[in-house]
Amino acid sequence: MSDAAAAVQHHGPPQGFLRKYVFSLDHKVIGKQYYGLALVAVFTGMFLSWLMRFHLVWPNAAIPGLQWLSRVGAPGGVMTPEYYLSLLTMHGTLMVFFVLTNAPFAAFGNYFLPIQIGAEDMAFPRFNMMSFWTTFAAFLALMTAFFIPDGPPISGWTAYAPLSAVGPDAGPGLGWGQNCWAISIALFCVASLLGSLNFIATTLDLRAKGMTLMRMPICTWAWFITSCIALLAFAVLLPACLLLILDRIAGTSFFIPAGLVVSDRLQPHAGGSPLLWQHLFWFFGHPEVYIAILPAMGIVSHILINSMRKPLLSHKVVIGSMLSIGFLSYMVWGHHMFLSGMNPFSALVFSFPTLIITIPATVLTLIWLGSLYGSNLQITTASLFSLGFISMFVSGGVSGFFLAQPSIDIYLHATYFVVGHFHLVMGVAAIFGIFAGTYFWFPKMTGRMMNETLGKIHFWFTFVGAYCIFMPFHYLGLAGNVRRYSSFVDDFMAPLMPVHKFITIAALFTGAVQLVFLFNLIYSRFKGAPAPDNPWNATSLEWTIPSPPPWDNFGGKHPVVYHDPYQYGVEGASADFIMQTSPEKLPEKS
Amino acid sequence: MGKIFAVTLALIAILSAVPIVMNYWGPPEDISTHGHAIDEQMKDTMYEAGFSFLAAQFILGLFIWQYTGRKKGDKLKTFPGGAKGLVIAALVLVGTEILALGVIGQKAWASVYFAAPDKDAMTIQSQAGQFAFYFRYAGPDGKFGGMHPDKIDEGNQNFFGLDPENDVDARDDVISGELGVPVNRQVNLLLHSKDVGHSFYVRELRIQQDYVPGLDLAVHFTATKPGRYEIVCTQLCGLGHYNMKAYLNVMSQEDFDKWLKEKSGQ
Repeated sequence: MSDAAAAVQHHGPPQGFLRKYVFSLDHKVIGKQYYGLALVAVFTGMFLSWLMRFHLVWPNAAIPGLQWLSRVGAPGGVMTPEYYLSLLTMHGTLMVFFVLTNAPFAAFGNYFLPIQIGAEDMAFPRFNMMSFWTTFAAFLALMTAFFIPDGPPISGWTAYAPLSAVGPDAGPGLGWGQNCWAISIALFCVASLLGSLNFIATTLDLRAKGMTLMRMPICTWAWFITSCIALLAFAVLLPACLLLILDRIAGTSFFIPAGLVVSDRLQPHAGGSPLLWQHLFWFFGHPEVYIAILPAMGIVSHILINSMRKPLLSHKVVIGSMLSIGFLSYMVWGHHMFLSGMNPFSALVFSFPTLIITIPATVLTLIWLGSLYGSNLQITTASLFSLGFISMFVSGGVSGFFLAQPSIDIYLHATYFVVGHFHLVMGVAAIFGIFAGTYFWFPKMTGRMMNETLGKIHFWFTFVGAYCIFMPFHYLGLAGNVRRYSSFVDDFMAPLMPVHKFITIAALFTGAVQLVFLFNLIYSRFKGAPAPDNPWNATSLEWTIPSPPPWDNFGGKHPVVYHDPYQYGVEGASADFIMQTSPEKLPEKS
Repeated sequence: MGKIFAVTLALIAILSAVPIVMNYWGPPEDISTHGHAIDEQMKDTMYEAGFSFLAAQFILGLFIWQYTGRKKGDKLKTFPGGAKGLVIAALVLVGTEILALGVIGQKAWASVYFAAPDKDAMTIQSQAGQFAFYFRYAGPDGKFGGMHPDKIDEGNQNFFGLDPENDVDARDDVISGELGVPVNRQVNLLLHSKDVGHSFYVRELRIQQDYVPGLDLAVHFTATKPGRYEIVCTQLCGLGHYNMKAYLNVMSQEDFDKWLKEKSGQ
């Protein structure tokens, strides 16, 4: 570490309440803040999905108290079709940005990346604080939309122009509600750019002595690759959002063509292109999928190795696969736009890399499976969720085969098949990664163990429940049930209603089970058994320091790294694991 | 607990496959000339995806069953062939799948998008607006009148913004809220959006195509079976999106001629 880098990074112990808990420079506190924000967002988002699922199945039933959320959107507690779309937009935005980006990447990455490479803090602690508080501002801006008279925007989390661009003429929520959305996402982009720059600088500059790049744990690698992806992806979404804001409030026409008649009014715009928004949005949007899933892959690998008591078959191949997924993620965005009216030849160009991305994904899956072979698998809640992740990732991944092919997309595009696909592969799988990480690292983060019995109850109901919710989505899609409809008003859908009912009941139940997790989290935080420094007999640097770690992580010492990250089951060694900082020499291989 | 996990995985895998194998909720019958290619492609993909899904879940379950709760003395083992074997397996297996699906399977896409419409295809224009579809036939002169967005007046049924006073071509244009087409004749459908993005989706036709404001697109198809089929909007277009529908009415040539005459008389 150079002196200049050390000078930027170094800060003294926190003084006073504000510096300690609110405007903290400590990456661990910031990580927890991200986690807390994601927790608020995920329960809000889940609650919205409950409301939507309820409305889909019982469209005319009143939901007690819903009129308090919006008098216009739910008069007497009965949701209007447009309010359904408002909730749908908010659900998607909250989940994709504030949960799937924040929790596995920003929260765990912030907390553990510096520790795992042996650093005292992030490279730029003040930037780090700024990126959290900018994210928080983005969250407030988004939630403000609930308090605007005509509610949050109804244009979906993808905010396709011109629906999102022409203003209140196009429908409720498209006035200030849509402004809130655009401002929120622009702020979120700024925060993510700051955050990912910080991650990259930290990984490259602040590694401890002996911590070569190839000695970094897989999750560190995943966060590093993710921050490279995020840096390029959010750098495109940010200007897209700014252009959208200009179209909306400054009368420009980046995304609005001439001659549109909305609500009987000829719109005063000319020259823009709705496809431009789609290209910019999906240029971010597809890599975003990997921003959500790569950290989960890293976390799960990290945990599985520990639970199997043996390393994965190849450290290099896993990292190589993640790198190629990151690289390919930039060449596939057009597969969201097969039917958008772009040149049909380009559909083939986008389809091919989309199919190719299956190769590194399959390699990863085979490596996980192959490594399980001959292992000494320990069942903990963390390892259960990690194994569950593999199952979910496969289930969500295979449906990608269908959607990657433009000809099949003609039939399945915009149906529930797509909804099932991305909820499994990006939503549930990433959330399983978050759960696994939580059960695994909670002892380090709080100094207390989580309750394993409650954890296992949580796992079993969530695992089975998630399948009950999301597998039937595929059946609906195959039958041609289109998505983003607030109710199904024709006979064609009647035979599918039992499937919808089943999904709704499963969703209500599985959602309720998450309260067990919330209870466990809060209960264990205060009443859990005290955690030792290394409860899982793990090898990486976060387990060499006290639980919870002191403000400067290593107590002023500079750790020295002697080994690859996963020395488990080394024949002839003194124990079944050798910590990265242990000076013990590895026995010669015979 | 490893054994319970393995059994659960196997059960989930089997139960997930049942509705697909038994075809409880499959796609409705195809009524187009190109649709069978898409259906075939879907079927092939289902075999490959289904196999990968079942194989992965079963192997995962099997290994969890076998390698949990082992005795202390049991030695760790490495998968035969190691990472190299698995990488080669992935490259060969998935590579072949990609070639099979990706390259051969583009036929279906090509039949919809790369072939130009037949010369004698019937051209119909459709306009999507919040929250209705309208269809326009050129009438005896075979020419569509020009569209003037400023003249759109839904109150007076001028959905397309025609100007029959000054525009001769527009005078005999026939407007309908239903898409009537003759059976077994190719239709070249022009897609025009009045306001925001919409999409034209007929499940039975295996056709789905976006309406993009400012960009007029075309898609062609041949319907092979008389009947009424639902046209739904699949691009989120605002508060009435869920209710934006029209009907495709496939008729014999005679019935179609009669239908068009009735429409023009209105």
